[in-house]
Amino acid sequence: MSQKTIKLKIKRQDNPRSKPYWQEFEIPYQPLSNVISCLQDIQKSPATANELGVNPVIWDCSCLEEVCGSCTMIINGRVRQACTALVDQIESPIVLEPMSKFPVVRDLMVDRNRMFRALKKVKAWVDIDGSQDLGEGPIMADSVRATRYTLSECMTCGCCLEACPQYTKDNSFLGAAAFSQVRLFNLHPTGAMHADERLEEVMGKGGIADCGNAQACVEACPKNIPLTDSIADISRQTSLKLLKDLLLK
Amino acid sequence: MAQRKKKIIIVGGGLAGLSAAMKICESDQAEVTLVAYQSLKRSHSVCAQGGINAAIDSKGEGDSPDNHFYDTIKGGDFLAEQPLVRDMCYKAPAIIHLMDRMGVAFNRTPEGHLAFRRFGGTLYSRTAFSGATTGQQLVYSLDEQIRKYEHDGLVQKMVWHEYLGAVLDSKGVCRGAIIHDLRTNEIFTLAGDAVILATGGPSQVYAGSTASTVNTGAAATMAYMQGAKYANGEFIQIHPTAIPGRDKLRLMSESARGEGGRIWVPKREGDTRDPLKIPEMERYYFLEEKYPLFGNLVPRDVASREIYDVVYNQNLGIGGQSMVYLDLTHKSKEFLQDRLGGILDIYKKFTGDDPKLTPMKIFPAVHYSMGGLWTDYETDSAGMIEPKSPRNQMTSIQGLYAAGEADCHYHGANRLGANSLLSCIYTGLMMGPGVLSYAAQVSKSTEDVPSSVFDDAKSYWTGRFKSISQLNGRENPYKLHRDLGEMMMANVLIVRDNKTLEKAFNSISDFETRFKDVKCVDSNDWANPTPSFINQLYCMIQLSKIITKGALMRDEFRGAHYKPEFDLKQPSDFDPHEYIHYQEQKNFGEVKDDAFPKSHLDYMKRFEANNNKWLKTSIAQFEDNQPNITYADVNTSLMIPRPRKYD
Ligand SMILES: Cc1cc2nc3c(=O)[nH]c(=O)nc-3n(C[C@H](O)[C@H](O)[C@H](O)COP(=O)(O)OP(=O)(O)OC[C@H]3O[C@@H](n4cnc5c(N)ncnc54)[C@H](O)[C@@H]3O)c2cc1C
Ligand code: SF4
Ligand code: SF4
Ligand code: FES
Repeated sequence: MSQKTIKLKIKRQDNPRSKPYWQEFEIPYQPLSNVISCLQDIQKSPATANELGVNPVIWDCSCLEEVCGSCTMIINGRVRQACTALVDQIESPIVLEPMSKFPVVRDLMVDRNRMFRALKKVKAWVDIDGSQDLGEGPIMADSVRATRYTLSECMTCGCCLEACPQYTKDNSFLGAAAFSQVRLFNLHPTGAMHADERLEEVMGKGGIADCGNAQACVEACPKNIPLTDSIADISRQTSLKLLKDLLLK
Repeated sequence: MAQRKKKIIIVGGGLAGLSAAMKICESDQAEVTLVAYQSLKRSHSVCAQGGINAAIDSKGEGDSPDNHFYDTIKGGDFLAEQPLVRDMCYKAPAIIHLMDRMGVAFNRTPEGHLAFRRFGGTLYSRTAFSGATTGQQLVYSLDEQIRKYEHDGLVQKMVWHEYLGAVLDSKGVCRGAIIHDLRTNEIFTLAGDAVILATGGPSQVYAGSTASTVNTGAAATMAYMQGAKYANGEFIQIHPTAIPGRDKLRLMSESARGEGGRIWVPKREGDTRDPLKIPEMERYYFLEEKYPLFGNLVPRDVASREIYDVVYNQNLGIGGQSMVYLDLTHKSKEFLQDRLGGILDIYKKFTGDDPKLTPMKIFPAVHYSMGGLWTDYETDSAGMIEPKSPRNQMTSIQGLYAAGEADCHYHGANRLGANSLLSCIYTGLMMGPGVLSYAAQVSKSTEDVPSSVFDDAKSYWTGRFKSISQLNGRENPYKLHRDLGEMMMANVLIVRDNKTLEKAFNSISDFETRFKDVKCVDSNDWANPTPSFINQLYCMIQLSKIITKGALMRDEFRGAHYKPEFDLKQPSDFDPHEYIHYQEQKNFGEVKDDAFPKSHLDYMKRFEANNNKWLKTSIAQFEDNQPNITYADVNTSLMIPRPRKYD
């Protein structure tokens, strides 16, 4: 009786400067498998379909429940998280590649530092006076909270940037995730006090004006963040600011 | 001359590490280096779903910080350190308001105030929450504050770096940390006036847990091997409701029960009918029946034991398998989407079934460690925590601090839901001023530490990693880890007995033997995680000894540590207040023979004798490659330990 197996084709790369290459793996099928458990099985006996003792495949992961954003990769041509890619729900052989918009560290692991730099640039925080006890926070309608919550679920995974035609390895486009964060902080009553500073950061080169409105980002977002609404909203906010700046000059 | 800024090294970017970093940065007296395995936004704390506790009493239920204190101490079966817990519960409302000011999208009431829900182990609505991803939202807002400080040049982030151990001088004082760059594999030392370990819990010691992959407990274990005391290791929390899976058992948050979820099994053994077709009368809602007062919201230790009993002793698991139903289908879809959308989506994503339409299948999983590095504290004359004491949160190694899940004093023998996020943020904030006072005391001597102290540490670790990467035995380290984790699942879990524990403890030496035959299965010299993992595996083996030996030695039943043999068998009609009267009578002279029913009096005597012997913090110290376990008194000065009861 032939045992059911899972076949994987994985694009590998030993370090940032070396050439990528492909390897094929075949592991015994087990119920409830996902791409992570396949990679873990490979770790436990690292061998390709025709070569014993290869180095285990390297990938990034932590939470294993799609809240940390670490394990993002391209699975069967689509950018998504490996931890929610259930083997029973995807085609075999499973083809795994690292994200293409970020420098590869090794195998499926990429360096998304640029995303964190973007968050710093757009001042994605609420300025507070300090952690001393200053009493209650601002009163806020639950509907505003709900909008903010949806935006705040962004786990900096980068799917939206991988999918975006405007975001390339060598340009400085900030990307949908950062624009959406500007909206998040400008929606907060205290955050709004510094709204202009954030808008300024997205008005220059690589800013909101470079977005081609292709809407690929919103389709790729695993957290269903309304990115195109955010982009429209931030465009409106920046236009208003331009106008205001003109009038006040 | 202006004094130089103090240098503080913080390891860990979860809630505890981030809170400590924020508090220390805002003093403007120190430069902080924040070391973590991964980008801070990816820390394990993001997994927390349900919420964070504070007795703000927004519903006018009469809740108060004192009630919160009482519930926490009782929930922890009186093993928690009372002055610390009291301070935490008193500070909790201000912590929630602070997080709210920082922009956490906490759910709100129609009037725009914070909304609260109920969690296990309390009768009050005390849990603030942000959708179904409270931990994620809290981490993000702290991470944002740290990003601001990074922007201002007060924090240096060192992500993709691993802390390997403390640099100790000839007197055993911590003078810095040994750091491993996880990409270049370079090993170097960092000098610091103080080092804080906010490195999270050790659930990866078990094969079936709700933890993130990085929660190996290695940093705390390394501190233990360097001489720090490790306390209450045997108290491991098993969460009653997790979703079966291969790579991880994902949590189904307690909030599912907080919002009305009911746990049941079919009354008939091996019933394989579709759950929706099983009529109400043929369902056994065992928690509701046995605990009419708390129902499905009994504390976690109680719920896990009951599920275990129903599945293994009564053979009533669904279709004969080790699972029970957690049912929300009686609630409207709109309500469920609004209150629990996120966690129900997780269930659907990982099982393919929609919990709004069909009851979920769940089973207990390892979730949290109440134990951790022993830490000190100081109280003032009124018994309150002295805010600037350098002793607060310091481990038994001078200059080395611990906070968050890596510490040990806040949850006793069993943690209440939504109290961990609180203790993480509380400890991080609380320790800040004390760490700074300590740094001010030692900053001069920091300059005088001979460079050989750092050179020696560096050469030891470089050598160790070199020899690890050359290991060429037959054991795959990842497989060995799995086997260790399965051994711990099979023997040191919900129901414990000495024979099994003894066997388990002896079997750990087999793992040590197998460890010597490990192969470093990855030969790349760039971004190679395997040598680190092998080192962490070594730590996990040592930690499994602490847990197992602690469990073996503790001959009682307390909180999450359940040894049926030592169950004191509380009479079913016993009222915990009787014990208070009993203690009062004792204090006033003599207890009259007819003051209590005889079975109650006998029980209270048993309870008292047991507490005299076992109401102690267990302290493990590393000696001759083994944990040497001793017992220290718990501060119970604020509330008399008494029997727990939830029905
Ligand atoms: C699924 C799940 C749900 C939960 N839900 C709740 C809840 O609703 N309410 C609640 O109160 N609690 C909850 N908990 C518990 C709570 O989430 C954790 O106890 C808490 O987040 C721990 O935070 P921490 O800051 O101590 O550590 P962590 O968040 O675990 O962070 C540890 C940090 O240390 C770093 N680190 C560790 N070791 C090293 C090293 N050697 N070198 C470098 N970096 C290192 C890691 O990279 C990470 O940044 C939940 C736990 C789980 C597993
Ligand atoms: S709308 Fe298009 S161009 Fe703009 S961010 Fe989204 S994908 Fe990129
Ligand atoms: S917006 Fe969505 S796709 Fe983009 S980084 Fe955030 S979570 Fe990922
Ligand atoms: S591991 Fe965190 S998103 Fe997949």
